[in-house]
Amino acid sequence: MQQINVQGMQAEALNQMIRTSKERKFLLCGVNGQRYIGCGLKGYSITIEGTAGNATGALNDGSEIVVHGNVQDQAGDTMNGGSIIVTGSAGDALGYAMRGGEILVGGSVGYRCGIHMKAYQERQPLIVIGGSAGSFLGEYQAGGTIVVLGMHVSGSLVGPCCARGMYGGTIFLAGDKPEDLPDKVLHRDATSEDMEHISRLIEPYCHRFRLDKESLLAHHFSVLEPNSSNPYRQLYTYA
Amino acid sequence: MDYQITEFLVERDRERCTVCRQCERQCANGVHHYDSKLNRMVADETKCVDCMRCTIFCPTHAIRIVKNPQTFRENAGWRAENIQDIYRQAESGGALLSSMGCPKPYPIYWDKILIGASQVTNPSIDPLREPMETKTFLGNKHCPIERDKDGRIVPNSHPLLELSLPILFSGMSYGSISYNAHKALAMAAERLGTFYGTGEGGLHKDFYPYGPHTIVQVASGRFGVEPAYLNAGAAIEIKMGQGAKPGIGGHLPGSKMVGDIARTRMVPEGSDAISPAPHHDIYSIEDLRQLVSILKEATGYTKPVIVKVAAVHNISAIASGIARSGADIITIDGFRGGTGAAPKRIRDNVGIPVELALAAVDRRLRSEGIRDRVSLVVSGSIRSSADVVKAIALGADAVSIATSALIALGCHLCRTCQSGRCNWGIATQRPDLVARLDPEAGAQHLVNLITGWKSEVVEMMGGMGINSIEALRGNRAMLRGIGLTQPELEILGISHAGA
Repeated sequence: MQQINVQGMQAEALNQMIRTSKERKFLLCGVNGQRYIGCGLKGYSITIEGTAGNATGALNDGSEIVVHGNVQDQAGDTMNGGSIIVTGSAGDALGYAMRGGEILVGGSVGYRCGIHMKAYQERQPLIVIGGSAGSFLGEYQAGGTIVVLGMHVSGSLVGPCCARGMYGGTIFLAGDKPEDLPDKVLHRDATSEDMEHISRLIEPYCHRFRLDKESLLAHHFSVLEPNSSNPYRQLYTYA
Repeated sequence: MDYQITEFLVERDRERCTVCRQCERQCANGVHHYDSKLNRMVADETKCVDCMRCTIFCPTHAIRIVKNPQTFRENAGWRAENIQDIYRQAESGGALLSSMGCPKPYPIYWDKILIGASQVTNPSIDPLREPMETKTFLGNKHCPIERDKDGRIVPNSHPLLELSLPILFSGMSYGSISYNAHKALAMAAERLGTFYGTGEGGLHKDFYPYGPHTIVQVASGRFGVEPAYLNAGAAIEIKMGQGAKPGIGGHLPGSKMVGDIARTRMVPEGSDAISPAPHHDIYSIEDLRQLVSILKEATGYTKPVIVKVAAVHNISAIASGIARSGADIITIDGFRGGTGAAPKRIRDNVGIPVELALAAVDRRLRSEGIRDRVSLVVSGSIRSSADVVKAIALGADAVSIATSALIALGCHLCRTCQSGRCNWGIATQRPDLVARLDPEAGAQHLVNLITGWKSEVVEMMGGMGINSIEALRGNRAMLRGIGLTQPELEILGISHAGA
């Protein structure tokens, strides 16, 4: 394990140090907004203390990134595999176009979490959010799963425009149906089968954050899924 | 009730027709069929798109496709197209879908610009006997000389693309065009020492060996994008926009998401693939800088990053921002640029000619002293070597061609790519149709075309007394406008012919 005090370091220099080192395990102390940490890396384990900057773990190709603190925008952008664990909260566009791996957030997330998230064969991405999500959760979601647990949330679990343009995948909300759900998305109350599924999904999350799974599962869950995988079929005519 | 009239008529010479049924076998649109009662071929002309496949394959030259002479009552305001479009939309309630570039009679500035030549005072050069340099490097060339403490020069040049001549093949996705069309482009790019683009459909595993001649694209939907894909290419193109449909995104219908296309895009079979208009992580130049940096970080700063935008109003300010985002190359796609499918109203009414955009951008970047930080590539209606020469003299580093390349592969510009029934095996995924395009023969056609253009380019350069592309670039003194207004000449930065 290589420990680096990154205070005052430029992101490019830090990332180059990580890329060119023989070490695969890093502990980064004093992180204060440095961007692109762990970008495109495979087989690394990076622990971050402080506030990770934008695009942390973008294009993550199978590394484990643990942030003891918050992350800024776009963490896990086009992530392919591996995991990103955030003890605090995450900014906007978390998991943009993510195709594999998992992102576990202890706190809440900003706008457009899981936008363009997609699944393919064995790559089934998962985002679990402990608190609430901002507007446009799961926008254009094409695959994968998002779970919002709503712990310590007094107001609404998700912001406006949840699941806009969603055409694949699933969103589980520990709460009621969002009021402004688009007509292309179907809502149902979680069945016992769904609850078993959710239980399996949040198992590693509960383990990681030392939470009592049963008390989380005691909530009422909503399930959001698209009602068609071809939402624009009727839009066009040929000229 | 359907008010449509057929656009084309099939004229069949009964004297010549031997009822061999070749036309029937060739037409994927189902126009021709054999009527056993009449013992002759008949046609359902409502399905004809005038792709000319039957005309060319008829062994006795018995078929001619002609425009239906039936006319609506003459009316300067309401032309047949306006009326037909209304009938179609009144019937379907849909947005009109079309393909290829804008076909409207807007000015084509290439055709209003004339190239100069040396006479008496400045010798011309014979390219057959004297060396002519067509090699071109694309990328950021801004590298101030730095020395270390011992006075040695610190190598600080940026990664560049090396082209044997300033012509690339534009990005067209695997999905919008066929496997064989992609293969032909990849093979030709390798043989010519240039590059072709993947478009946003990912890179088929079979084509990874052509990686050193491939530009991989990252669009808003991020289909097929993973570190292996980014590292496979020679450069990475961020698609912000496209000339045929500025301001809107892409949408591959689920019906085309089959087999290898789904595998290459990494999307389940039968699912739509939606690339919305904006990248939702890019709302500003600062955000663009971030995506450029992500891609550079993921590839260890070894590859140039291209940002492709459509030619639109205020393009020079946009390009100035892009040049400051860390991008190495800007591709500007004019409104005549082709597409596999675009809403018709957007194709025909949005965007500007690439000639004006290019001249405005080149001038702006020069005036701001940042022209050397980016290379400019232009696309969208480069039809000949003369267009190439004019584009470079207007300030482009290179041009990118797609429609011209597809025509070399056999496209007859019937403009119905969106149907997926391309009889020439290009814009289709039907295996029987794809098999009609031989990638080896296609690659040879592309090599022939570009070889021919290269001869013409060096001939025109020689005529001007110029022996390198470098000396032609931005050399507006070699151009004159013909029949252009003062504002047009000012934007293009050229004088009128005679001056």
